[in-house]
Amino acid sequence: MDFDILIGIFPQVLLDGIILGFMYALIALGYTMVYGVLEFINFAHSEIFIIGAFVGVEILLSFKAAGWLDVLPWALVLVIILVAGMLVSGVVAVVIERTAYRPLRHAPRLIPLISAIGVSFFLQDVIRLVESLWRNSFNLVYPTMDVLNHRFELTETIDVSVKSLVVIVAALFMLWGLHTLVNRTRVGKAIRAVAEDQAAASLMGINVNRIISLTFLIGGAMGGGAGVLFGVQYSLINPYTGFIPGLKAFTAAVLGGIGNVPGAMLGGLVLGLLEAFAASYLSLLTGGAFGAEYKDIFAFSILILILIFRPKGLLGEIVRERA
Amino acid sequence: MIKEILDRPVPATMLVVALLLVTTWGVTASPRSIVLFMMFQGSILLLYFARMPSALKAALTILTLGVLMPILGTINAYYMEIAIQVGIFVALALGLNIVVGLAGLLDLGYVAFFAVGAYSWAIFGSPQANLIFGGSHFPLSGWWFFVFLFVGVAVAAGAGILLGLPVLRLHGDYLALVTLGFGEVIRVLANNLDKPINLTNGPKGITPINRPPIFFAPLLQWLGIDPDPNVIYPLYLYGLVLLIVGATVLANRRLEDSHIGRAWEAIREDQTAAQAMGVPLVRMKLLAFACGASFAGTVGVLFSAKQIFINPESFTFMESIGVLAMIILGGMGSIPGAILGAAVVTILNLQILKGLSLWLNELRNAGTVIFGYDLTNLPTQLEPAKYERMIFGLILVLMMIFRPQGILPAQRRHRELEEER
Repeated sequence: MDFDILIGIFPQVLLDGIILGFMYALIALGYTMVYGVLEFINFAHSEIFIIGAFVGVEILLSFKAAGWLDVLPWALVLVIILVAGMLVSGVVAVVIERTAYRPLRHAPRLIPLISAIGVSFFLQDVIRLVESLWRNSFNLVYPTMDVLNHRFELTETIDVSVKSLVVIVAALFMLWGLHTLVNRTRVGKAIRAVAEDQAAASLMGINVNRIISLTFLIGGAMGGGAGVLFGVQYSLINPYTGFIPGLKAFTAAVLGGIGNVPGAMLGGLVLGLLEAFAASYLSLLTGGAFGAEYKDIFAFSILILILIFRPKGLLGEIVRERA
Repeated sequence: MIKEILDRPVPATMLVVALLLVTTWGVTASPRSIVLFMMFQGSILLLYFARMPSALKAALTILTLGVLMPILGTINAYYMEIAIQVGIFVALALGLNIVVGLAGLLDLGYVAFFAVGAYSWAIFGSPQANLIFGGSHFPLSGWWFFVFLFVGVAVAAGAGILLGLPVLRLHGDYLALVTLGFGEVIRVLANNLDKPINLTNGPKGITPINRPPIFFAPLLQWLGIDPDPNVIYPLYLYGLVLLIVGATVLANRRLEDSHIGRAWEAIREDQTAAQAMGVPLVRMKLLAFACGASFAGTVGVLFSAKQIFINPESFTFMESIGVLAMIILGGMGSIPGAILGAAVVTILNLQILKGLSLWLNELRNAGTVIFGYDLTNLPTQLEPAKYERMIFGLILVLMMIFRPQGILPAQRRHRELEEER
C-alpha cells in the first residue's frame, strides 16, 4: 500500500470533512432544538433543509435570467439567497408545526413521529410538483458563479475553492448567531426554560406555544441556510436530495447528545470528518474491496452503535439543561 | 341506507351477489374500463361489511376471489397483475401489523426483510450462485422454489432476530430510527455487494430467476386446456399469492388470540406493567420481530419468482413507508384493516394514479382545452403516477390527526392511540 498517498491526501480530506461537518451541524441544530422543546424527532426537517436549497436555486436562476447575476456583487447575491432560504424554510417549519404537529401535541409519542414522516414524504412530492409545473424539471443545478469556483492552491496537492471558504464562514457565522441567541438573549432564555419544563415556564409567564413556534422558526432557518450552502457547494439538487443528509444530521444530533446545542455542532463536525475519511480511505485501505459507497453504512452504523452504547451522546450527560 | 340493507342478511346477500355479477359482466363487456373494475373491487368490500351467515360469506369470498377474479384477470392481464400486487402487499402489511400493530414497535426498515427473502431465492434460483460457489450447479430447479418459501421464512426471521437483539433496548422513536438505518444498510449492501465477492450483482440486479414449475400441466392437457405459460403463469402466481395470504391471515388470527398475541399487546399498552405481570419482554419483542420478518421473507421469495428480475431499487425506504401507510390507513393491530389498507393503497398507486397519468396524456395528445388552458402546454414532467410519496404522506398525516385508530379499528382498545390526559 502506498503510504505516501494516505498522508498526501490527508489535508484535503480534512477540509472536505470540515465542510461536510458544518453542513451536518447546521441541519442537526434543527433536529436538536425541536427535540429539546418537544422531545420529538422532526422527521420533515430534511425537507425543510432542501426547501432552502430550492429557494436559493430559484432566486439564482431568476437573477440569471434577468442578467443580474453578472452585475450584482457576488457577496450580495449570496447574502440574498442565504437570507431568503432561511426565511422561507423557517416559515415552512412553523406552518408544519401548526398544521401537522400541534394537534398531536399530547398524543402518545409514535403518533407525531408518524405524522412527521408523512409530512416529509408529502413535502418531497410537493416540491417535485411545483418544480415540474414551474420549470418542467425537478433536478436543478445551481448556476455557476465564476468567483466561487476560483481555487486557491495551498500546496501542490491541496486547494481550496472560494465557495468552500464561503460555506465555512457562513456556517460559522450562523452557528455563532444561534449560540448568542440561545444563550445571551431573553428569547433564548425562554427557549431554554420551555425545554426544561413546559408547565413551569408557562407559570412564569412564558407563552409556550409562541416559543415552540419560534424554535421551529429558528431551527428551520438554520436548516434552510444549510440547504442554500449545500446547493452552493454541491450544485445538484432534487426534491429527494435532502433525505440522506437529513438522516445523517440526525445521526450527528444523536452523536452529540440530542437536545443539546453545542452537542449538535460537535456531532456534526465529528460525523462529517468520519464520513470524509471513510469515503477516501476505505477504498485505499481495503485495496478497493470496499469503496466510498459504504460511507452511508458507516454513518448508520455509528447511529446504531451510539444509540446502543451511549444513547445520551457525547455531550449528553454534562449538560442537563437542554436548549 | 346502504348500511340498513347490509344489516339485513337477505337483502344484503342479494345486493352483494347482484353487484358482483353485474360488475363482472361489466368488466367482461368493456375490459379497459377502470371504473367498472373498481366497482368490482367495491363489491368485494361490501361483501365484507354485509351481514350474512358466515358459511355463506366464506363461500361467496372464495367464489369471488377464486373464480370471478381469475376470469377478469384472463380478460385483462393488468387486472391480474394488480390483484397479485395487492396480495403481496396484503401479506406484507399483515406481517408489519404484527410488529407495529400488535407489539407496538415502529419498524421503518421492514422492507429489508422482504429484500432478504427475495435475494435468498434470487441468488439460488438463478445462475448468480455459480459466481459465489463456483461450478455450475445453479440455478436450482423450480421445485426448490417451494422449499425456499420456508427458507425465506427462516432467513428473514434470522435477520429479524439479528436486528432485534441489539436494538430492543431502545424504545419509541429511537427504535424507529435504527430500523430505518438497518433498512438502508441492507439496501446499500445489496447495491454494493458485487465486489469483492459478487453476491447480489449490485445495481444491475439478478436475472433470470427461476419460477416454480407448472406441475399441473398434464392435468390441464387432459382437461383439454392449452397450458400456455403466458396465460397460466399469472393465474398460477395469483393462486400462490392467495394461498400465502390465506396462510398469513390464519397465522395472524391465531397469533392475535394466543397468549403470545396478548403478551405483545400488553407490551404495547404498557411495557413496565407487562414486565411486572411476568411477560418476558426481550423474548416477546424478538418473537414479534421474527414473526413479522418471516412473513416478509416468504413474500419476498414469491416476489422474486414473480418478477424474474430483482435489483435494490425494489427495496427502498419508500416501500417500508408504503406498507406502514397501509396498516395505518386500515387500523393498527386490525387484520381486516391491514387487508383493506393494503388493497386501497396498492389500487390507488397502480390503478388510479396510473389511470390518471394515461388520461392526462391522452388529453394532452388530443390538444384538449380546459377553462381556456391548452393542455398541450402542460409540462411533460408532470406525471401523476409518480406521486406515490404524496399519497403515502397525506395518508399518514391525515390519519394521525383525524383517525389514528384507522378505518377498521382493532376490536381491543388501543391505549397508545388515545390522549394521555
